[in-house]
Order: sequence, then C-alpha cells, then structure tokens
Amino acid sequence: MSLDKATVSRIARLARIRVADEDLERLGNELSNILGWVEQLNEVNTDDVPPLTSVVEMQIPQRRDAVTDGAYRDKVLGNAPESEEGFFVVPKVVE
Amino acid sequence: MADLTHFTLSEARDGLRARDFSARELTEAHNAAIERARPLNAMALETAEHALSMADTADQRIAKGDGGLLEGVPLAIKDLFCTDGFRTTAGSHILDTFVPPYESTVTANLWREGAVMLGKANMDEFAMGSSNETSYFGPVENPWRRPGDNRPIVPGGSSGGSASIVAARAALAATGTDTGGSIRQPASFTGLVGLKPTYGRCSRWGIIAFASSLDQAGPLTRTVRDAAIMLSAMSGHDPKDSTSANLPVPNFEAVLGGDVKGLRVGIPSEYRMDGLPAEIDALWQQGIRWLEDAGAETREVDLPHTKYALPAYYIVAPAEASSNLARYDGVRYGLRVEGDDLIDMYERTRAEGFGAEVQRRVMIGTYVLSAGYYDAYYLQAQKVRTLIARDFQTAFEGVDVLLTPTAPSEAFATGDKSDDPIAMYFNDVFTVPASMAGLPGISVPAGLSQAGLPLGLQLIGKAFDEEMVLRVAEALEDAAEFNAEPDTWWETST
Amino acid sequence: MIEGATGRWEIVIGLEVHAQVVSEAKLFSGASTAFGAEPNAQVSFVDAAMPGMLPVINETCVEQAVRTGLGLNAEINRHSVFDRKNYFYPDLPPNYQISQYKQPVVGEGMVTVDLEDGSVCEVGIERLHLEQDAGKSLHDQHPDATYVDLNRAGVALMEIVSKPDLRNADQAGAYIRKLRAILRYLGTCDGNMEQGSLRCDVNVSVRKPGESLGTRCEIKNVNSVRFVQQAIDYEARRQVDILEEGGEIEQETRLFDAERGVTRSMRSKEEAHDYRYFPDPDLLPLVLSEDYIEAIRADLPELPDQKKTRFVESLGLSEYDAGVLVTEKEVADFFERVADGRDAKTASNWVTGDLFGRLNDAGQGIAESPVSPENLGGLIDLMADGTLSGRLAKEVFDEMFTSGRPASAIVEERDLKQVSDTGEIESLVDTVISDNADKVEEYKAGKDKLFGFFVGQVMKASQGKANPKVVNDILREKLG
Repeated sequence: MSLDKATVSRIARLARIRVADEDLERLGNELSNILGWVEQLNEVNTDDVPPLTSVVEMQIPQRRDAVTDGAYRDKVLGNAPESEEGFFVVPKVVE
Repeated sequence: MADLTHFTLSEARDGLRARDFSARELTEAHNAAIERARPLNAMALETAEHALSMADTADQRIAKGDGGLLEGVPLAIKDLFCTDGFRTTAGSHILDTFVPPYESTVTANLWREGAVMLGKANMDEFAMGSSNETSYFGPVENPWRRPGDNRPIVPGGSSGGSASIVAARAALAATGTDTGGSIRQPASFTGLVGLKPTYGRCSRWGIIAFASSLDQAGPLTRTVRDAAIMLSAMSGHDPKDSTSANLPVPNFEAVLGGDVKGLRVGIPSEYRMDGLPAEIDALWQQGIRWLEDAGAETREVDLPHTKYALPAYYIVAPAEASSNLARYDGVRYGLRVEGDDLIDMYERTRAEGFGAEVQRRVMIGTYVLSAGYYDAYYLQAQKVRTLIARDFQTAFEGVDVLLTPTAPSEAFATGDKSDDPIAMYFNDVFTVPASMAGLPGISVPAGLSQAGLPLGLQLIGKAFDEEMVLRVAEALEDAAEFNAEPDTWWETST
Repeated sequence: MIEGATGRWEIVIGLEVHAQVVSEAKLFSGASTAFGAEPNAQVSFVDAAMPGMLPVINETCVEQAVRTGLGLNAEINRHSVFDRKNYFYPDLPPNYQISQYKQPVVGEGMVTVDLEDGSVCEVGIERLHLEQDAGKSLHDQHPDATYVDLNRAGVALMEIVSKPDLRNADQAGAYIRKLRAILRYLGTCDGNMEQGSLRCDVNVSVRKPGESLGTRCEIKNVNSVRFVQQAIDYEARRQVDILEEGGEIEQETRLFDAERGVTRSMRSKEEAHDYRYFPDPDLLPLVLSEDYIEAIRADLPELPDQKKTRFVESLGLSEYDAGVLVTEKEVADFFERVADGRDAKTASNWVTGDLFGRLNDAGQGIAESPVSPENLGGLIDLMADGTLSGRLAKEVFDEMFTSGRPASAIVEERDLKQVSDTGEIESLVDTVISDNADKVEEYKAGKDKLFGFFVGQVMKASQGKANPKVVNDILREKLG
C-alpha cells in the first residue's frame, strides 16, 4: 500500500492535523511503510473468526439512574483556553 | 541519611512500621535523590512540598498504628495518571498546561493506602514509544550506561521516567501503564520488576487513554515482593470503569515465599524468532533451567499466531488512539493555536500540540478506520486478535505460566532507532501478544548483557492469575540473584 | 403525488426521529438532564470529555429503549453494540458520538398511523438505537465567536428510523404525532418539541411512480410537525423543478429555514463524511436476557391503539371520538376519569365538545383545564339525576370553566336547581293558562304549534328552573 499525497492530505484533514504540502510525501512514505508491514495480516485465514470485542468476559455494568455528578461548572471550565459567561468559546461556526 | 534510598519498598515499609525512620525522613531522602537525578530528565513535575505534607500525614497515621499498605512510602507517578491539582501532561505539548480537577482511581487508591507522591514521571508522549524519546519534555535517560561508554542509553518506554527514577533509587516504586509493553520493556531495560496486570484489574478511570482495549496500569519496582504490594494497593473494582473487573483483590504478597515445585511452565516456541540475539536466547535458556532447578516442569507450547500480534497491535492501538486523542482540540483544555476559523484552529492546535510519533499513529489509526479500509485492516486485526487470544487459551490448558524474553534486545543508545518506526515497534514483539489477549505479564531482571546492561525475562499468566505470575517471578528472582546497580554518574554530572 | 410539467411525481419520505429519553441522569454519566439550567452547570467531567474519563451506561436509558421497541412492535436485539461515530464539532466534546451502528438495540417494527380522512397507513420502523445528544452551539452571542454549552451533551437519545414508507407531508405529520403519542404513553420521551425533546431529520426524494428510488436529501433537525410538513412540500417541489429542468439531485444535508419556509444547503459543507465507526472499547456489548425483556413487556401500559379499540368495543364510542380521545394520553386519562361510573358517550361528548371548545379558545391544554375530571363528572351526575337541564348544565359548565368550582357549589349558590315538584309546576301552568285564555282557545281549535308557547311561558315563570319534561306532561294534561 502506497499512499499518495491526496490520500495523506485527506487523512490529515479527517484527523484534523495540519500537514504542510512539502511534508505530504515524506509522511506518505512513512505511513506506507507501516501499512505495508501490517498488511502481512492478510496471510491469516480469518474465515468464521469473530472479531474480538473485549478481552474481559463480563457483562456490561449499568449505573443507576440518579444525578450523582456535574454541577461544578468552574471545574469544567477551569482549563479552557477561552470561556465567557459560563460558555466555552470557539471561533465562529458557520452552518 | 543517603541510605534511606537503598531500601526495597517492602524494607522501607517494614522500617516505617518499626519506626526505624519516619516517613518525613524517607521522603526527604527521596526528594533529595530526585533533585540529584535531574540529569536523567525522568520527572515531568517534582512535588517535593506536597510529598512532605503527605509524609507528615503518614507519620501521624503510623503513630496511631492505623497506616495503610503503603503508609509513608514515596512513589513516582507516571504523568499519564490524572492527579487532582497537579499538572498532568501525558508527555505532550497539547496538555502541558493541563491541571486535572480530579484524581485517577489508581492514584486515589495509592493515597488511600498512605503512599506519598514525589512527582510525576516523564514518559513517551501519550504513551506512544518504546524509548522515551517522544516526550515533549525531552528524552529520559537510563541510569544504566555501558561501562566505559558515556553515551546516553534509553530507559525504554513508554514508562521510561518511571523506570529511570526507580532504577536511580530516587523513588521506591513507580506507577506505569502498559499498552503493548510500556511497563515490562522499560523494566527490562533498567533492571527492574515491571508488572502488567490482567486487563480490568486496575481501573483506567483518570488515566489518559492511549488504546482503551489494551491500556492497563501496573507497578515498576525493585523486587517481585514490591510489585505484589503495589498491585494490591493499585487494583480493585471501579464502578466508574465499565471494563473494570468486579473481583475481590487478593493479598498478592501472601502468595510469596512458597515454591514452584510441580508447576508447569510453557516455553512458546514461536518466540524463538529469527535474529534473536544469542545472549537473549541464552538468558532465556538459563531461565528455563532456573525454574526446572526450582522444581517446575517446563514444556514447549505453540502460540501459532505470535508473529501477527505486533502488526495487529499496530492497527488496533492506533485506531483506538486516533479516536481517543480526538478530544485534544483546543476547545476545553490544553493548547490552543489560533487559526483563521474553527477547523484551522483544530488543525494548527493538533499539528503543533502532537509530536511526530503521535501524529503518525493518529493518521494510521484514522486511515485503518476510514471508509473502504475498515474491513481489510481494523476488522481483520480484531479477528487475528481473537486467534491470538485462542492460542493462549489453548496453551494454558496445559501449563500454568509462560516464560519468554521480555524484549528482543538490551537497552539501546538514544537516537539509535528513532528514525525507523518499525524497528522501534519491534521492541514490543514479546510483550504485545499478552497485551492483545489482556493477560498479565511480568518482567523480572535476570542478568546483564555482555555490554553490561540489564536484561529481563517475562512471565505471562492466565487472566486474573497474577498470583501465579508473582509466585513464579519470585522463583526466577531468587535464582537470578540480580543485584547489579548502575553507577551513580548523574549524581556528579552537575 | 405532486403535479409537474412532465406528469405526476411520487414523494418518498423517511424520517429519523431523535427522541430524548426520559431519565434523571445522562446516558453515560451521572449529570442531570433537567432542562433550562445555567450554561455548563449540568456537565460532568465525562460529558466534557476530560482526559481519562470513561462512560458507564445508565440502566434506565437501556430499559426505556427496550420499552419503546416493544411499544413499536419491534424486534429487541439480545446483543447490541455501542460504536463511536467520529467527527469533529465543538459541541461534541470527545469529537466522537457514542451511538449504535451495525447492531442497534431495537430492530424492525411497525406503527399504524390514522390519517385525517379516516384511512390508516402502516409505517415500517427500520431500527431504534441509543446514542448521546450533543451540546448546544450558540452562534448569535458574539460577532465572531460561537459559545458552547454542554448541558445537553451526553443526554440519551433514541434515534427511531422509519422505512421510506411515507408518501406525503400529511402522512409524515400523522406519523410523527402517532409516534409521539406512543412515546408519551410509554413514558419514554416527553415529546416536547419546543424544548427539543423530539427532533426530526427528514429524508426526501422524488420519483416517477413505479420507478426506483431517487437521490435523497436529508433535512436536519426540524423541530415541529408543521415545519416537517413545510420542509417536505418545499423540498419535493425543489427536487421536481430541478429534475424537470434536466438537472440532477445532489445527495446532501440541508437545513430548514423556518422563517422563509425553505430548505437550504448547509454552508459549512464537510468534505464527504467518513465517520469511522468502530465498537467503543470503553464499553462492552449490551446483552439482554429473555427474562429482562419479558419483564418490561409485562409492564407495558395500554397504548393508543389498544385504548382506542377498548373505547369503541367496551364503551361504545365512535371510532372518530375514540381516535380523538386517545391522541394524547392525558386526554384519554381525563376522559376515563370523567367516564368512570357514568355514561361513556355523555362523558366523551362533554370532553370532546364543550371542554375542548373552551380549552381551544383559551389556548390551553388538558393539563391546564380549570375543570377537573371529577368536577365534570359531577356536572354529568347533576344532569343524570334531573337536577340540571341540558341548558342549565351548559350555563353551569361555563361558570365552572371560569371559576374552577364544582357544579354542585354553583347550582347551590345560584339556586339553579331544577324544579320537578308537580304541585309547584301545576300552579305555574294554571297561571299561564288563565293569563292566556285567548291562546288556549286557538290551541284547542287546532293550532298545535302554540304548545311550545305555553312551555316557554311556564319555563319563563320558573326562571328556567322547571323540569321541562314535567312541564310538558302537565301542560298536555291541562290543555287536553
């Protein structure tokens, strides 16, 4: 598997990581090397093998429906790069 | 009082209980040792003052005779565990201002048992690395160096700071986390015991996630007994973690002091792979003889899908990481780099905030989950994972524990592998399979390489059978009689 | 069907309804779901996706989803999986939504929808799954910033996906109303569209009858039945116009502009969505036992369809009246309390007639009715025992609606009690006959119509309180 620049660019966009144009090729090569190496998994016959969902054999635990958390806005906002009037603030989103 | 840093954890605990010294004295000695060990760059944050106040509380409790398992014992905490009011960075620029308003369950358990926090240990960024060279705060050095050679050696990773600071005798023990080998491999590189418990044994709540289906907290210690004590304190059911096992916590220390007569030890033939250095293989054979001499039976077992564990891991772990790390976006905490608009802000923040290895893995993970590739990569890897887990199940029908090398090499020099990701990934070739199956594993220091660096052997046990792992580990430890220590070059280097 | 220049077009509509689950706490955290709190005051560290936080599922939310599935006559999946849907948005703190993708908790079901014209259509349910709501982005607080409130982030939603079985806006409206009624009967969603407890994504495509499905557009987050209907009508016409001009429909997400009544393309059009779903490794598969499901089934309340059948078959109501009464659970409950131990048809007439009329005029719902079911029942009782005539009863009802007082108190106070005492009425009749001797002659000469005149005079003399039946009987006797 060899990733072309357009693919690397698309993946970087999906991952929301800015990659300079001049770095696309180098990054593409690095990723291609790794993908080429992991592709040895294709040798393994996995017909009728279910994917592993969890290594622990247990039932999903469920919490009681009760308000036990929240109501500490200052702590929630305490690390925010920008907040105003109790809100998180981000650059304007256009819908 | 320099001698106070030369105890094992269990010796220090006993000394505290016997009032041979106070927790304050013990903590002061370790605070000083941490300060002297700064050349190792093992700590991301020193909390000396806080440590002293915790020590004073411990002394009061000891005076009343009601101390916990670790009352007054000073520890280093990997900087992946969120600590209430103390900066927690995961070794990343993107979190280098983050101060959690909450305490991870594992560290809360440690404090409940009376432990003292010396500080936060440096680590590979987001626990992604095998040499502790990916930290935003710079590489950690191994206290060990090749005799007659001043080149810095890596401590392994990702829990490199934890390993380094314990090996330098500046903390009695440290917490680590292990996703594919991040406790065991650094333990092997620094001459320590490193225990990765069964997935679900220690709560993941409050530990910054790398790969959720693999991450597991565990201790780095000088002895097997210390590991048992630490595990008893760290583990336990946590209703805040849906994958936390609802099982009672055994007194792990109580299983020690016995023997291994009649126990069946499996030797997986697939671990005898091409290119394994002769000295590693020789140490492994030595380990087999030690256990046989102690009365255990050894036998070959087959784990046919072993060679696929590493590539499967490098699909599953990055896939989960790509999603787990999406939350670092400059909105609610951590770094924000302003941009032209929201998306530009996201992209600049993450490009500047994440280092190269993290970016690489996030991109790989994004790719293997993306439309059209999911089945070929991620789904296939999870199917292979089922086969790996089945291999272990079959093997454990006939044996109680498996013995393998921990890592395929001794510790290497800083910079040696940092340009070749796949070569770096091979560090974890022997530790990843147990991680993929969620099984407990321990690395026990077993000898020195020809170059004079520590080497470990790994024991892998059945799920939730840490007691067996610890029992056999103790036998290995007794036989190996590993008591080498690194020269304290860092003490005089400044 | 809509008429275009090239002939008739069929509209194909599928709805994805997001229904907020009734629960105290959020789907995966212990933070409150209460509406209307200060911004970010109901946010846990889990909801804010702080580092190291983990989800633990709320048992009530699971139960509510199963209950809803059973109420929709749907298959309950014994094994379902929570997946992460990955996309970046500031009101989605982890930048993934925990949802269910390939293995939802509820599979196929069926809803019977009553249409205005009395006909019935069956709408298939494709699936129902549990997922987290997002927070709220406020774009109008600041000229170049968006404010984010995470109070809603993590609240449990049920996404209920219909099959593309709907063919016009009326059907879509009726389907949403029916679904809402079922959810409210079940107590699994309060159905409050103003507060956003029920939102719709509308998928619309058009085709020539008999042809295969056309390309669809999804209109996001429409929050009233009326808007859904407007959006469908506008969107279908837009698509027909494009196709008839030889254009092609672009598959896209659109927004409904309620002020202008139009749909428009989203400006922030993402590059092709690639959600990278995968099972959430922080959670285990949700496995439900037969016993668990059966216990919920055994506990299901009577649902609108069953209630309607009972009203018709056991209480003798008309299909129409029964249909009106069961639309809202509160109305049906109100009616049943009025009808308890009384004539059901009379009760139904009062509820659907006078009461609804007054409530409508006052712009009030049944919950705000000043007349309690007990008091309305009391009024009916006073009619039944002859205390009140129908005319007086209406008068009393009007006052009950204004004052909220019981009928008996009003009757007492205004001395409205009907007079049935024959002696008293007889003397009134005698007076009327003697005062109107000329009319009596005319009547006896065959002018039958004058009978009503005499009744009126007697009633007037009694100030309306005389029992009309008794008046009639005595008049007939006296006038021969």
